Order: sequence, then structure tokens, then C-alpha cells
Amino acid sequence: MIEVKNIQKSFDGTQVLKGISTTFETGKTNLIIGQSGSGKTVMLKTLLGIHTPDSGTISFDGRISTNLTSTERRELRTEIGMVFQGSALFDSMTVEENIAFPLKMFTNKSDAEITDRVNEVIDRVNLINANKKKPSEISGGMQKRVAIARAIVNNPKYLFCDEPNSGLDPKTAIVIDNLIQEITHEYGITTVINTHDMNSVLEIGEHIVFLKNGVLAWSGNHKEIIQTDNEDVVDFVYSSELFRMVRQAMRQIGNEKK
Amino acid sequence: MIKSGLTHIGQYFIMLKEMFSKMTKWKVMKVLIFKEIDDLIIGSLGIVSFLSFFVGGVVAIQTALNLTNPLIPKYLIGFATRQSVILEFAPTFISIIMAGKMGSFITSSIGTMRVTEQIDALEVMGVSSLNYLVFPKLVAVMLYPFVIGISMFLGIVGGWFGGVMGNFVSSEQFIIGLQDSFTPFHVTYAFIKTFLFGFLLATIPSYFGYYMKGGALEVGKASTTSFVWTSVAIILTNYILTSLLLSN
Repeated sequence: MIEVKNIQKSFDGTQVLKGISTTFETGKTNLIIGQSGSGKTVMLKTLLGIHTPDSGTISFDGRISTNLTSTERRELRTEIGMVFQGSALFDSMTVEENIAFPLKMFTNKSDAEITDRVNEVIDRVNLINANKKKPSEISGGMQKRVAIARAIVNNPKYLFCDEPNSGLDPKTAIVIDNLIQEITHEYGITTVINTHDMNSVLEIGEHIVFLKNGVLAWSGNHKEIIQTDNEDVVDFVYSSELFRMVRQAMRQIGNEKK
Repeated sequence: MIKSGLTHIGQYFIMLKEMFSKMTKWKVMKVLIFKEIDDLIIGSLGIVSFLSFFVGGVVAIQTALNLTNPLIPKYLIGFATRQSVILEFAPTFISIIMAGKMGSFITSSIGTMRVTEQIDALEVMGVSSLNYLVFPKLVAVMLYPFVIGISMFLGIVGGWFGGVMGNFVSSEQFIIGLQDSFTPFHVTYAFIKTFLFGFLLATIPSYFGYYMKGGALEVGKASTTSFVWTSVAIILTNYILTSLLLSN
């Protein structure tokens, strides 16, 4: 569980995060959504420790990140898996070398044990015939699978994903979303996903945090987001005609059930 | 401008310090060092050999063509070739060329890693990206004097080839010139310079790649800037070292 209490962050006098408090629960896909410039990337980078909050605390299962010693912080980082927007795979390495990287860096496993674990994870994310290929030789969807495999290979407690399905076709995007959700449930990971993809919001949003101008404007889940009348959320999530129609239909179904 | 310059210098020294923090596991580091030796040292041998041989030849021919006074002995062609190649051409000018070849490779490869978030990925995993990326390059360039040694040898061979094959000087006279007034300290001086130039060649381009911001266009700009500043640093270091080591 990650507990965020009143975090604030400014850059060059501009306050980007204005006292955000929320809890990201274990075994759930937690989504941070919001318009461009709402502070969601800064929020994610602050959670990851790339930015230090000006004030407030971030607690990883009781460990307050800003109070940790450098050794403790390094240990915490080995418990974190991250899927970057552009996958951030190492160009010079093959797919299996990319996935094995955290194991080689942070464990004392033998080469045989590393190979076994890598193959296990490769099977889990359904990567077929890609082991010896370089990232540039595989599709965007496969690169995302490799990034997920690399993020989970060392059994992380926390998984962060920055727009994991950006640049993917809608079908592959859903596959990747579902894969992240399955892995979250299967391994009991605290997953935090930064997205502005509405399919993801409606599909896998077990806990959704909506940011507007650096403030937490709404939180709930994918069922509640359909029913909410919060103007900011409605403006953002249902900005397209298609989603407005979907919302209307789903609310009707909901009302009929009542 | 002065403030910006001082900020860069300060940040460069902080980078040098942080490069030695949180050392990467030796098992991984060993592989990285061998890869860098292959990329930076072995990969430079071809162009260095080609340039050294032909520039050595041109030095010999130019010297011969300018020795119009019959009282000046022909063996001076060998002497001038040796002095030019060992004192300046091999250590300094090959290093300037390497600032373009090796330096732009380092800046663009690290810069691309910055742009594509690979450096962020390393940091998030808890890896010291500076140690992981820059330290192996620094260790690899410890072999840079070996490249310059080859450059010196081939430059002199090129001089002999140009002088003798062009009938400007006999082989015996050229060799006499090579041995004339030989000062072993000149070789030591050249290798001291080379060692420092190697350090600059690994660290300045790494600095410009690591701290670059922006996209693909900025990677190109960073490579150009890195070449300019590495060359400036090499020329200034050359001047200071020559004043300190060779001036009486």
C-alpha cells in the first residue's frame, strides 16, 4: 500500500502538486488521470523518487520515502517495477538480456536460475519468438510486454506504469491493460498507472484519482466514474460524443436495474 | 554567460564525483568495460592507423620539399617526422580527431538513452546511471595511450614510406634522422598528454550526453557542442602541459 499525505511540489515558483493525499491499495490497479499539465507525470515521478516532494509524505507500507537512508532507498527501489511510456528498453541488449537486467544487477542468482526466471516471465507476458531480438526489431505492443516482463521479473511489490498503452492500437492497448491488471491481482502488487486513455479508465480502473491543476479533484472506481456528476470529471472523461453516449447508455442500464 | 560556464564546470566535477558512487556489480561492470574497449579503442584503430600513416608520409614529403638548402642534411627529414609525429601529431591531433569520432559516439549514445528514458529506467531500478554508463568508458580509455603508440609507429612508418618511395631521402638517412638527438622524455611527455586527453575524451562527451535535455535534434546539437568543448579542453591542456613539462 502506498499512502500519500499532502504532497506539494513546485518548479521555478510554479506549484504543480498542491497538497495531494490519497491511498494506492495493494492488489488493485490504481489510475492517475487528468488533462495534460494537471500534474500526473510529476505525481508519478514524485512517487518514484525521481522528484523529492517540497512537503508531505509518501509511505510505502509504512516506510516514509523521504526519511529513508540511501541504503534503504536503494532497497526500496529494487521493490519497484516501472513501465515507461516509450518502454525505455535498453537498445544494446536483446529482449532476454533486458528482462534479465534487474536480476543480474540486484540478485546473486546463478545464470541458470536467471534464465529460468526470465523464461517464466516471458511465458507469462506471452512473448513468442522474441528472446534473441533487439527492441528495435519487435513491434510496439511486444516492446510493452518486454517492459512489463522486465518490471515484474524481480517480483516487485510496487508497479508503476506511465501511459502503458500510448502509441498502441486499441486492441493491443486492451490486451496490455488486461495483462497489467491480471499481473496485479496474481502477484498482489500495488500498481499505479498514469493514463489519459478512457478505455483503460473504464476497463481496469479499480481506484481512480483525478487530478486537475495539481489538486485531487475526484477519486473513485470505474463504476463510480460512470455515475458521477462531478463537472470536471465529466468534462474530461466524456469529452467525446462516443463516450457521452456510452455513459448515457450505461447509466440507463444502471437505473433500470435499480 | 560566465555564470552558465561556471555552472557547467561545477556540474562536470559533481558528475566525476558521482561516477564513483554506488559501484555496479563487478560481474556486470566487467562486461561493460570490455564492450567499451571494443567500441572506443578497437573501433578507433582503423581510422587512426589510416590517418597516421598518410599524415606521417605528408610530413616527410613537405619537410623534404622545404629543405632547399643543399647544406642542410637529408636525414633531417627523418628527424622532423619523428619530432612532429611523437610530440604533436599523434597525441594532440589524433585526440582532436577522436573528439569527433569517439566523443560524438559517446554523447549521442548517452544522449539517446536520456531522450528515450533509458537513464530514468536505470535510476528507478536503483542503478547509479553515471557509474553504469561513464565509469566503464573511463576505464576503457586507460588503453588510449596504446592507440596513440600505434599512431606514433605508423606515422613514422608513413614518413619513411613517403620519403623513401618518393626518392626524397634514402632509407639509411631517414633512420639516422630518426635516431638523431633522441630524447626519451619526449615519449614520456607524449604519453602523459595522451593519458590526460583520454580522460577528457571519455568524460566531457559523457557530460554533454548525460545532462542534455530535449529530443533527437538536441542529441545532434549536444554532439557538436561536445566536440567543440572537448577540442578546446585538449588544446588548452596541451598548452599547459607543454609549458610545464618542456619549458626550461
